[in-house]
Amino acid sequence: MALLEVNGLRVEFPGRRGTLVAVDGVSLAVEAGEVVGIVGESGAGKSTVGNAVIGLLDPPGQMTAGEIRLGGQRIDNLDEAGKRGIRGRRIGMIFQDPMTSLNPLRTVGQQLAETIDFHLGLGERRARERAVDLLDRVGIPDPDVRAGQYPHQFSGGMRQRVVIALALCAEPEVIIADEPTTALDVSIRAQILDLMRALCRGSGVGMMIITHDMGVIADITDHVAVMYRGLLVENGPTAQILGAPEHPYTRSLIAAVPRPDVKLRRFPRPGHAEGNGREQRGFDVRHHWLGRARDFGGRGEGPLIALEGIGMRFTTRRAFLHRNRIHLDAVRDLSLEIREGEVFGLVGESGSGKSTVARMICGLHAPTAGCIRFAGTELTRLGRVRDLDPFRRQMQMIFQDPYSSLNPRMRVMDIVAEPIRFHRLAGGGEVAGIVTDLLEQVGLGSAAARKYPHEFSGGQRQRISIARALATRPRFLICDEPTSALDVSIQAQVLNLLKDLQELLGLTMLFISHDLPVIRQMCDRVGVMRDGQLCEVRETEELFGNPGHDYTRHLLGLMPRLEGLSRRDLDIEAGPEPAGRGGDG
Amino acid sequence: MVTDAPEGGAAGPFAESGVRDAGARGRLGRIADSDIWFSFTRSPTAVTSAAVTAAIFMAALFAPWVAPHDPFDLASIDLLDAGLPPAWSGDGDTRFLLGTDDQGRDVLSTIIHGARISLGVGFASVLLSLVLGVTLGLVSGYAGGRIDAFIMRVADIQLSFPAILIALLIDGVARSALPRDMHDELAFHVLIFAIGISGWVQYARTVRGSTLVEKGKEYVQAARVIGIGRSTILVRHILPNVTGPVLVIATIHLAIAIITEATLSFLGVGVPPTTPSLGTLIRVGNDFLFSGEWWITIFPGAALVILVLAVNLLGDWLRDALNPKLR
Repeated sequence: MALLEVNGLRVEFPGRRGTLVAVDGVSLAVEAGEVVGIVGESGAGKSTVGNAVIGLLDPPGQMTAGEIRLGGQRIDNLDEAGKRGIRGRRIGMIFQDPMTSLNPLRTVGQQLAETIDFHLGLGERRARERAVDLLDRVGIPDPDVRAGQYPHQFSGGMRQRVVIALALCAEPEVIIADEPTTALDVSIRAQILDLMRALCRGSGVGMMIITHDMGVIADITDHVAVMYRGLLVENGPTAQILGAPEHPYTRSLIAAVPRPDVKLRRFPRPGHAEGNGREQRGFDVRHHWLGRARDFGGRGEGPLIALEGIGMRFTTRRAFLHRNRIHLDAVRDLSLEIREGEVFGLVGESGSGKSTVARMICGLHAPTAGCIRFAGTELTRLGRVRDLDPFRRQMQMIFQDPYSSLNPRMRVMDIVAEPIRFHRLAGGGEVAGIVTDLLEQVGLGSAAARKYPHEFSGGQRQRISIARALATRPRFLICDEPTSALDVSIQAQVLNLLKDLQELLGLTMLFISHDLPVIRQMCDRVGVMRDGQLCEVRETEELFGNPGHDYTRHLLGLMPRLEGLSRRDLDIEAGPEPAGRGGDG
Repeated sequence: MVTDAPEGGAAGPFAESGVRDAGARGRLGRIADSDIWFSFTRSPTAVTSAAVTAAIFMAALFAPWVAPHDPFDLASIDLLDAGLPPAWSGDGDTRFLLGTDDQGRDVLSTIIHGARISLGVGFASVLLSLVLGVTLGLVSGYAGGRIDAFIMRVADIQLSFPAILIALLIDGVARSALPRDMHDELAFHVLIFAIGISGWVQYARTVRGSTLVEKGKEYVQAARVIGIGRSTILVRHILPNVTGPVLVIATIHLAIAIITEATLSFLGVGVPPTTPSLGTLIRVGNDFLFSGEWWITIFPGAALVILVLAVNLLGDWLRDALNPKLR
């Protein structure tokens, strides 16, 4: 008999337009000392399974079939008081965002001691001793001192350790972790996963990890359950599922994970992703609207973009006196060249200043030091705003968050037409036709033009963003983490689209990401950033094969290996990059 | 959204079909399909208050045709009818449902005509507050720095006085500045100006807050990357996204404006007695309260209470319906 058993679980969300079945017929089991992963893309119902186990379904959700057993005892039909007795006491929980899971107004020690006292009734002093003990167990140095500190005095990774300590308070039998590492940087992610695995093995706790990240699954789970649209499509030992997946969805999901080990010409086409991501058909640049006026003049020698010793200093505390002000140097003395027609990658952890560099190039921030040249013209010298317009037309940006990068009150038609109208790139009568064509080019039907952004999914919205960026017929495209908010199969589609367009139009691209495998698939040359400075710039293959800087080696070491992943499903089109292409600019 | 999938994405079989339906229908279909309309039909309070508000609006708008008598037509007024109690009491006259005042005018008709003035002044001053407040709020939020600090300090100073006091002050200043013979003529404009100026702060603060949020969103940055100028970004991109809360404030503010107008008129500094609003009617009737002719003041008072209550309840419902956290 398994420690935690879920049998035939069905969860329904009754609503105005009918009932949404979020989870249907899901059965799985967690043994003591075992880590079970639930993997799936957004909307697959994986979090709903976790919420159902702890009895915290978001209203109006309800369990309509199946049973949940903990140590043989049925827990899904308990009353609220009974469920409260299990939650935290016998089942611990770890949530995604360590900042919002802790009370900012109380010290970490108080929060732990209170939880321990509530569940175990040890009394205040012994609870406090145990709290310090727990902090030590989750690897927090100086637990005595740290227990007296507030959550904001902890770094992100340390905070997640505290959250784990909180879940361990009452010595639970099972821990449910919902995306425990999604909000963390790669280097911290590895440490937290190690800690969770060690705790599981050491104390015989059963753990259920809910994630969309194949890397997490490959790293730490023993068993994995793959969910797709509320159904459990595959369930078994991790090595077997990842190495020899049987269900077509699992296969396409695994194929879509960017490969860290070899550069492919295109991502394998996922068979099971959302329907209307039509492939880019290709067009003749010479006769197409997008190809017109592509001779930008001044295509002289030298790089397209040259950053010379740029710096960006933010004032984090304003004060009347200079000496009382506090500054933050987001970027320091950074020099960089991007050649015409290449895809330049910028990689680094959060806070390394890579987005700030992008924002300075496209004029959202004015650098506080240094100069930016675009095709030989010094942009930082141009006095008047109107003088920048011709350069703005040549530079466009694709943003990270597909949910906020489109104006919710404008139709897609107007969103895409705005840059065309603003830069007067087409006559009034032509605009509608051009917009329709652009939407076709990014794989959306022409019917999309009349809709509003909220009617589209994340991947489709990102396609609209790409259409908007193309609408000025740019020469240089900045992509700031364009797929980090998307599911992997959608990510593969969007990245393929970007590659297609880059090749067709000969675009120069600055591609920013924290995800090394994605960088490897997309970029010709890569710059590694840390603390506002550039560590090294190299050809992609050289960087991955033979990193020069210690920090690069460190980052590469943290990259999930994914060696056990099946790669037998690659179609021919996605075969390895022909030799020689990675090098030329 | 009640119907949202548990993980926030618009995934799941029926979420998609809902999206397709909304796209296929027209504007009217979308309204009937929207969550606001759904929430409206499920709230008896909202439906009742909307019906009452609409009834009073219609009556006020078509007053000359709706009112049984014309209180301004001296030829039709008979002093012999003066001081008649409501129709259902012993001495009442069936011609005058709610009785007559000391001049023999029908109370019901004066209320309908008075509501017209009250609502007119209310709407006009809300519009003035709204335009002024939204503009200053947008500028304040988007420009930031000194402009923001200046506008917000002015707002703080104004907030430290009660709105009615500001309105009284503006009204008094305007009256002393204008020539005497123009007082009656300009009374409406002065009143609207006074009430309008006293109410902009709330709009400005709310819009400033929303503007600060919207300004940081990526669609605004995308517009900046295209090269679009500040004023266009403000009007075309930010303004449409901050109007939700403004609508709620405007509804509740309408009730406040009507009350303020009534208060000013009751104090005798509002509209001239020749074109009485509800407030003027209450003041005039107040003199007869102790002589037993209660209906002259009680009915206009009741009409005011019903109107303000209905508008307020509608505003409350709208606020809750537009707040996703309460849904």
